[in-house]
Amino acid sequence: MTDKAEGTLLYLDGVNKTFDGFRAINNLSLVLAPGEMRAIIGPNGAGKTTMMDIITGKTKPDTGDVLFEGSTDLTRLDEAKIANLGIGRKFQKPTVFESHTVEDNIALALKARRGPWATLFHRTGKAEQDRIDELLTTTRLIDKRRFLAARLSHGQKQWLEIGMLLAQEPRLLLVDEPAAGMTDAETAETAILLKEIARTQSVVVVEHDMTFVRDLGVKVTVLHEGSVLAEGTLDAVSSNPKVVEVYLGR
Amino acid sequence: MITGFLLNGFDTRARVVFALLIAIAILVPAANLLLPPDHPLHVPTYMVTLMGKYFAYAMLALSVDLVWGYCGILSLGHGAFFALGGYAMGMYLMRQIGTRGVYADPILPDFMVFLNWKELPWFWYGFDQFWFAALMIVLVPGTLAFVFGWFAFRSRVTGVYLSIITQALTYALLLAFFRNDMGFGGNNGLTDFKDILGYNIQADGTRATLFALTVLAVAIAFALASAVTRSKLGKVLVGVRDAESRTRFLGYRVENYKLFVWTLSAVMAGIAGALYVPQIGIINPSEFDPANSIEAVIWVAVGGRGTLVGAIVGAITVNFGKTWFTGALPELWLFALGGLFIFVTLFLPKGIVGTVQAWWAGKRASAPAATLKPEPAE
Repeated sequence: MTDKAEGTLLYLDGVNKTFDGFRAINNLSLVLAPGEMRAIIGPNGAGKTTMMDIITGKTKPDTGDVLFEGSTDLTRLDEAKIANLGIGRKFQKPTVFESHTVEDNIALALKARRGPWATLFHRTGKAEQDRIDELLTTTRLIDKRRFLAARLSHGQKQWLEIGMLLAQEPRLLLVDEPAAGMTDAETAETAILLKEIARTQSVVVVEHDMTFVRDLGVKVTVLHEGSVLAEGTLDAVSSNPKVVEVYLGR
Repeated sequence: MITGFLLNGFDTRARVVFALLIAIAILVPAANLLLPPDHPLHVPTYMVTLMGKYFAYAMLALSVDLVWGYCGILSLGHGAFFALGGYAMGMYLMRQIGTRGVYADPILPDFMVFLNWKELPWFWYGFDQFWFAALMIVLVPGTLAFVFGWFAFRSRVTGVYLSIITQALTYALLLAFFRNDMGFGGNNGLTDFKDILGYNIQADGTRATLFALTVLAVAIAFALASAVTRSKLGKVLVGVRDAESRTRFLGYRVENYKLFVWTLSAVMAGIAGALYVPQIGIINPSEFDPANSIEAVIWVAVGGRGTLVGAIVGAITVNFGKTWFTGALPELWLFALGGLFIFVTLFLPKGIVGTVQAWWAGKRASAPAATLKPEPAE
């Protein structure tokens, strides 16, 4: 088992999860190479969010292996530990700290010691301030740094959350529907932003918006009823008869 | 490191409030002790004690605001920590009575002689020493909060469920302390105190000193709470309040943060209780009454949740109202309190201080230059 996982960043094999008799994840296997960007598509209820919950430790699978970097068993760790290993997660609904300023949102996410004593006596240094400025520039929020996050538009909140993910300096980013609720222009900008990020980090994007997935131009995995239905380029999977049936047959 | 941490917590408003509290701690006792009784600014002793009680409540309110206002933990049982601190102080005061009690037993407090007990229970040992009692005032509420929080937060009990458990905690303690065989004086509690650290507890000087110490304790608690809430830890706490799962997925272990602030808050409440008891002259199980804890939450709501100053303002305002009401229209007090809570929830959801703050911020924002000009980075 570990032999196959060697050299992978994320390795899921034979994962099952049942909620009250409903098989949310059914013998799911998925492998992600270091530095890879992957898009995951699938109809509602295909198990996309549950899969993210399992990777990030929110949900424990009933059976199966979930390994990070070939050897770390994620099923034994809690959310905080997994986050500190270097797995960042963006929620479907943008989740930022609304009563903090944009800048403080980034500052809280910055990679640093996470214990209560460390944060109690923490002082923001020059290096941290520079890093915050850099991230605010990347996410195009530099002129809104003093705004409360609650005042941002929906799209800006999405970007702020992506900025917070980057601040964690994760090795793997899980991004749930980043383009949801965005205008076409914002969607295109988001695709550019994610592609920039993917140059240095591995990214898994769950998305409904096919134009957006096409903009990303990466390998696509189609989930259906908790397992992988097809894998390949967007053109290959969209001409796959099984995929067509799932998407159009109902 | 520590001084930097404390200074960082002191913005202009905190400095003003701190200075004001220190001034009260000095001026009120001075007006009581130094001015002759017929002087117009003379503060009578009963007034000093009454205000001392309000400030002890203000400290309890501060502790509630710390967990509720900043971390979203609605405790309906903070009165338990307050009462435990009070009992620890009461036990010390009981043992100071010595042979001056009705039964004149040098060791056993009156109620134990009355119950025909032959020797002091083990948990009363050490309370003849002030330092030991002082340690217990901090340790007993702190340990109970730590153990309670350890289980509750680790099991991820949140929201209404947590509030109900805290309510059950104080109610369980109420029932336990009512029992005579618990060894804390049962229904009557601990009273008839004579002196504290060798000073007559009834004397004007002692009362004025206790008042000054209470206000000083409020000032220190306020400074500490300001520093904690303005630190990065404080920002994490607000993060937990507003988006707990986001905080978790950023890699913060939320239960440890809750446990930290919960324990700190319980210790603060315990010290408040210990300062309350010598001024009131009695501690009995009714202090564990769930209604007391709920009242403390109302003080914070009225003053302004999540502002710290609001907790102090709310506790003093509501209790002043209570004193006036229970004197003038005693049967209407509970209706007035209920009405006040509804009024504040509907019309002043941010409380007195929160509303003033929002109004002030709005006034500043309407001056156009102020918003456009970027503030210098800290």
